Amino acid sequence: MNRYSVAVLVNNQFGVLNRVTSMFRRRQFNISALTVSETETSALSRITVVFDGEENMKQQLINQLYKLPDVCSIKELTAENSLNCELMLIKLKNDPLSREDIHAAAEAFKAETIDYTKDSIVLRVIGNSTKMDDFIALMRDFTILEICRTGAASIEKGSATLHQNLNL
Amino acid sequence: MLLSGSDILVKNLIEQGCETVFGYPGGQILNVYDSLYKYQNEINHVLTAHEQGAAHAADGYARTTGKVGVVISTSGPGATNLVTGIATGYLDSIPMVAICGNVPTTQIGTDSFQELDITGVTLPITKHNYFVGKVEDLAKTVREAFRLAKSGRPGPVLIDVPKDVQIAKCEYTPEEPVQKDAPFAAKDVRIEEASAIINAAERPFIYFGGGVISSGAMEEMLELAEKIDAPIGCSMMGLSAIPTNHPRFLGMQGMHGHFASSMSMHNADVILSLGVRFNDRVTGNRSKFAVKAKVVHIDVDGSELNKTVNTVCGLRGDVKLTLQKLLPLLNEEPKPDWMARVRAFRAEEETYLDNREGLTPRRAILTLNKHLGANTAVCTDVGQHQMWAAQNLFFQRPRRFASSGGLGTMGYGFGAAIGAAYGTGERSVLVTGDGSFGMNLNELATAVRYNVPVVVIIMNNGVLGMVRQWQTLFCDKHYSNSVLERKTDFAAFARSFGADGEAVAAPDELDAALDRAFAYEGPYIIDCKIDKDEFVLPMLPPGGSMDDIITKLEVES
Repeated sequence: MNRYSVAVLVNNQFGVLNRVTSMFRRRQFNISALTVSETETSALSRITVVFDGEENMKQQLINQLYKLPDVCSIKELTAENSLNCELMLIKLKNDPLSREDIHAAAEAFKAETIDYTKDSIVLRVIGNSTKMDDFIALMRDFTILEICRTGAASIEKGSATLHQNLNL
Repeated sequence: MLLSGSDILVKNLIEQGCETVFGYPGGQILNVYDSLYKYQNEINHVLTAHEQGAAHAADGYARTTGKVGVVISTSGPGATNLVTGIATGYLDSIPMVAICGNVPTTQIGTDSFQELDITGVTLPITKHNYFVGKVEDLAKTVREAFRLAKSGRPGPVLIDVPKDVQIAKCEYTPEEPVQKDAPFAAKDVRIEEASAIINAAERPFIYFGGGVISSGAMEEMLELAEKIDAPIGCSMMGLSAIPTNHPRFLGMQGMHGHFASSMSMHNADVILSLGVRFNDRVTGNRSKFAVKAKVVHIDVDGSELNKTVNTVCGLRGDVKLTLQKLLPLLNEEPKPDWMARVRAFRAEEETYLDNREGLTPRRAILTLNKHLGANTAVCTDVGQHQMWAAQNLFFQRPRRFASSGGLGTMGYGFGAAIGAAYGTGERSVLVTGDGSFGMNLNELATAVRYNVPVVVIIMNNGVLGMVRQWQTLFCDKHYSNSVLERKTDFAAFARSFGADGEAVAAPDELDAALDRAFAYEGPYIIDCKIDKDEFVLPMLPPGGSMDDIITKLEVES
């Protein structure tokens, strides 16, 4: 099984996310992350889909996306051709015994403390998904209270844009 | 001009060239029906007995004309009653536009009376759907819906119009009817790849489906077959595209396909697939399906390429345009050895033909064939009768067979036959079973009301024949809930609705009854008694391969 990332530009219309995810559900695509955001134009939204599966399933996913009238542009983003970034907020138990270890790890990962109380610490981590996974693994030695991850934001390297693919 | 939303909607249907639409009124679509009343000299509305019948009628109209079929319903239950009809059209790629009323926008989301999220419900069974939130968007939306319904791979589109949008007024500017998106051929590089594979083929087989009909690629396909010396078979959706007696045509293949057609496909070294899917009813066990063959697949829908069967060359594009570019690249090469094998398969098929005396299913369809004109559309429901019809009907022109292929909708036929009669302007025929007919026989009222000439032949065996066939083969003859044991007198039923009919039990009786039916003004029902243990043969058991094909079967009673 491989991990694929596909960026999709869609018409910024009511219900469009529902159309996309409904298709994923009905065809049983294994989606591990999905991010939706507005773009530089109000007419379009950008969806980044991270999908686990085989090559032929990925092709099928792209082909099915292509059939949705609200989809304007699709591009597969690979580690070679794109830049990826994710944001995570992680809430940990503030415990005198582990406090220093948490801070050391946070420093190593360039994580920022954005909330600090007697009982809890909230850290903000930015980076690729692997970095998030590694950081979470490290924090499992302590008490994780809550995790919130955004999913990937991905953009192509260089001057190429998704818009150049418009009206496939 | 300043018009109400409902006027704009109806004007827009007229603008798109709709002559006949099908539907059923109700509270939240009242204004649209008022506009239909206003413009009744320009557009004909057929009131059915049930919204499902209207949806199937729009489908039958679309299949027989190639135009977009239109169905109109009210909100809530009216809209949900369309669902099976829309899904039927979706699975068979039929261009349809469904228009539903809904509660006013101010009440949306409050669970008011007959409010229903029909765009949510139909999301997976439409190409696209629209909720029209303001009257200014209405004309644009209707045009867009028609364009989508007929472009590329056709399919149903639904438009949900709240009542206040029907009432509100805005400026309407008439336009020319929308054209479908310009079809495109597959990429040249793919066409070259395909030509190399086809030119190297020793045993080519052409397998086509409904895409050849919607693309209008019949001539190109026949030219291709002549050039590369290939036999032709089709999925059920391809039936009627080329004349049944075309010398290269081996008929439908698949689970209940013609033996020669299935065997030729199984033994081919290149399968050239045109506008067709590899449905499980066609392939059986996919791992054993045509293992010797390279599949070259042309389809306007790229998602069909490599979906269930791996192709060596997938060409996304319009079948007609792609074949036009492919044909000059192909070598003209007779393949006498291959054609001799195909002839041998045909000869073997002859030995399996059911030539029994009496009113056998095959004899019933062959008798019907004698009465069919070149332009007569034949519709079916779903089950054994559907397969007997698909195997034995004789077609002369495209778009003269309408049957629910993908969804397999029992109850499809009567509505479709009414739509087909409007579409062709001629008498249509419905071949059905007593099970299927029971599902939507209420539409006889519609056919009587509008004096629609539909000849209904009920293959009446008193059981759900296809279910029984499977129970015989796979469930130790446990006929669980497949024996109908009804006492329906279909001829009396016909008369009670204002039509006429009779029962027949022998081929010559059927022949005489068909004479009367084809001369009758209005719908006519023939209750055709057949044995409950008739089988559809040949049969490829589900999940089986050509090695498992059943060609003969005797059931001990």
